[in-house]
Amino acid sequence: MINYLYPDYEIVRDPSKCIACRVCERQCANEAHSFDEEAGCMVADSSRCVNCHRCVSLCPTRALKIVKSDHTFKQNANWTGDRITEIYKQASTGGVLLSSMGNPNAFPIYFDKILINASQVTNPSIDPLREPMETKTFLGKKTGEIRRDEKGRILPYTEPQIELSVPIMFSAMSYGSISYNAHESLARAAQELGILYNTGEGGLHEDFRQYGANTIVQVASGRFGVYKDYLEAGAAIEIKMGQGAKPGIGGHLPGTKIVGDISKTRMIPEGSDAISPAPHHDIYSIEDLRQLVFSLKEASEYKKPVIVKIAAVHNVAAIASGVARSGADIIAIDGFRGGTGAAPTRIRDNVGIPIELALASVDSRLREEGIRDNVSIVVGGSIRSSADVVKAIALGADAVYIATAALLSLGCHLCRSCQSGKCNWGIATQRPELVKRLNPDIGSQRLVNLVTAWKHEIMEMMGGMGINSIEALKGNRLMLRGIGLNEKELEILGIKHAGE
Amino acid sequence: MKRVYVNEKWCISCHLCEYNCAFANSGETSMVKALKGVTIRPRIRVEENDRVSFAVACRHCPDPICVKSCITGALSAKDGIISVDSWKCVGCYTCICACPYGAIQPDETRGVVQKCELCTRNSCGEPACVKGCPNGAIVFEEREKKQ
Repeated sequence: MINYLYPDYEIVRDPSKCIACRVCERQCANEAHSFDEEAGCMVADSSRCVNCHRCVSLCPTRALKIVKSDHTFKQNANWTGDRITEIYKQASTGGVLLSSMGNPNAFPIYFDKILINASQVTNPSIDPLREPMETKTFLGKKTGEIRRDEKGRILPYTEPQIELSVPIMFSAMSYGSISYNAHESLARAAQELGILYNTGEGGLHEDFRQYGANTIVQVASGRFGVYKDYLEAGAAIEIKMGQGAKPGIGGHLPGTKIVGDISKTRMIPEGSDAISPAPHHDIYSIEDLRQLVFSLKEASEYKKPVIVKIAAVHNVAAIASGVARSGADIIAIDGFRGGTGAAPTRIRDNVGIPIELALASVDSRLREEGIRDNVSIVVGGSIRSSADVVKAIALGADAVYIATAALLSLGCHLCRSCQSGKCNWGIATQRPELVKRLNPDIGSQRLVNLVTAWKHEIMEMMGGMGINSIEALKGNRLMLRGIGLNEKELEILGIKHAGE
Repeated sequence: MKRVYVNEKWCISCHLCEYNCAFANSGETSMVKALKGVTIRPRIRVEENDRVSFAVACRHCPDPICVKSCITGALSAKDGIISVDSWKCVGCYTCICACPYGAIQPDETRGVVQKCELCTRNSCGEPACVKGCPNGAIVFEEREKKQ
C-alpha cells in the first residue's frame, strides 16, 4: 500500500557542527538517526521522529533541531492537514486513532482570560520574604458542629484529613503507564515537599511502601492491586470514577507490558491484558458509590479520607453534589485537558469540559446547597503554572493536582507518543534500557525544585493581594477578573469583568 | 581524596563522557573545532554489552602498579593523583601492560602514554566526564573513610 503520510517534523542537522559522536543514534529508541559509514556522517530518517527532543538535548555541540515540516496539502480551511492525515491513517489501518497526554486543540483556556488582583494604598500588600505567609492546607470534611460532653466541654473531633505544605499534589499515574523510576521520583519528591503523590490504578510497588504517608492509593474500575494492606498503606484512598482525558472510557494496558514487577504489583498474571472497565460494575448510582466509599472506610478503619475523582463533564455540578452526599471526604475533578498514557483521539479531543468552568460551577452548587464543608475540592486537568494554582484556589478549589507539569519537569517534552512505550526520557516506558535514563536522584530534585518555585510564586501573588494565608484565598473570587469573556462565561465563573 | 566513581546502574551508554574528556584535554575552546573529523582518544572509555554499561578511567590506586612499573619515572603519584610526565615517558608501554583496568592509553600522536589526571592539568577545573554526564552515572566524590 502507498504510504500517504509525509513526516510532521524534520530533523535538521548542522553539518558544520556535527562531530559524529553518535549520541543521537544511541539515544533514539525510534532509530531515527544512523551513521553512514561510507559517507562518514550522521543521517536521519524524519519519518521515525516523534519530536521528543532527546537527541536535541543530548547533542554536545547543539548541531540538531527539529522543525515543523513545511510540506503542505493544498490550503483548505475546512479540510485541514490534520483532518486529512487522520483519514489517511484510518484508511490504512482501520483502527481507532490513539493519542497520549492532554487535549492539544485550540479550545479556550479560561485561566488565561482571568486576571489576579493586587493591593494598592488601602489594603497593603505583604512581602513574603519579610512576613509570615501560610501555604499549608488541610483536605477533608470540615467539622460542621461543636460537640460537647455532659459537662459542656468541647470534644475535639475532626474527620481524617490530608495535610499539605502547599496546595499541590501529584495526580494519579499508574506504575505501568509510567516507569518505576518516574514513580520513585514522584514519591521521593512528595515526601521531601510534604505533599502527596498518587499510585494510579497500578497498585503500590513494595519498594514504595516507605513513602506511605505521602501516598494516595487509588481504587479504579479494574481494582488492580487492591487489598487491605494496600488500602492501609497510604494517607488517603481515591476512587477513580473518571479521567479528564477520557471521560466515560476505561483503560487497557496491553499484556505485553504486564511483565515482572508490574504483574506482581497489579496482581494479575504476566502477559494478561489489564482492562479497566468504563464503569465500576458495582456502581450505577450515588447510593452504590456510597457503599464503596464506606466499604473502603470500613476496611481502613475510618482513618483515611476517601477521595472520589470524576471527570469534568456537562452536569458535573449535579454529580459533585451527589458525590458530596456519598460520604466522600474530597472530590477531585479532572478537566478535559488532563493527560493520559493512551486514549482514543476522538474522546480525548472532544469529550468533557474545561476545568475552570467545572470548578466554578461545582463550588457554587455546593455552596448553594450548604454542603461545601462536607468535602474538599481538588482540581486537575492542566494546571500549568503557579498562576493557574492561585486562580484555581480563588475559584474555589482547596488544592490542585498536577501531572503533566510534573512529567515535564522529569524531562517529558509532550511528544504525545506514550502509547508507543518507547519513551526516550525513561518516563512512559518499561524497557529497562530506557527506564534507567531517568535517575530518581535527579528526577526527584527537579520535582522539588518545580514545586518550591511555584510555592515562592504563590506566596508572592498572595502577598500582592494582601493575603497571608492560602485559606483566605479559597473561593475568594473577588480577587479575580475576567478579560475578553462574555456575560455567560463570567456568570458561570462567578467573577466580574476587568474594570468592574 | 575525591575520586571519580561510576554508578553503572545509571549509565545510559551515551558515550558523552568520552567526548567531554577528549574535548577537555584538547586545549581548544570549541568542541566542534576540537573534535570535528577527529578520531577521539579519550582517557575514559565506556565498556558495554547488551545489559550493562559503565565508564572506566584511572582509579588512582593508593598503591599504583603503573608507577612501580614505569622504567623512567614518568609516572608519579602526587596528592593521590597519578600523572604522567610526557617529557620523561619513552613510550615503552610497560604501564599499559601493567594496569589491571586498562586505564592507560597510548598517545599515538606523540609516542607517549596518556591517562586520566582528573582534569587537573587542563582548564576544565573539575573532571569533564562528571560535569557532562547527563544521568549522574559518573560522580566525583570522597568515599574513603577519614584516617
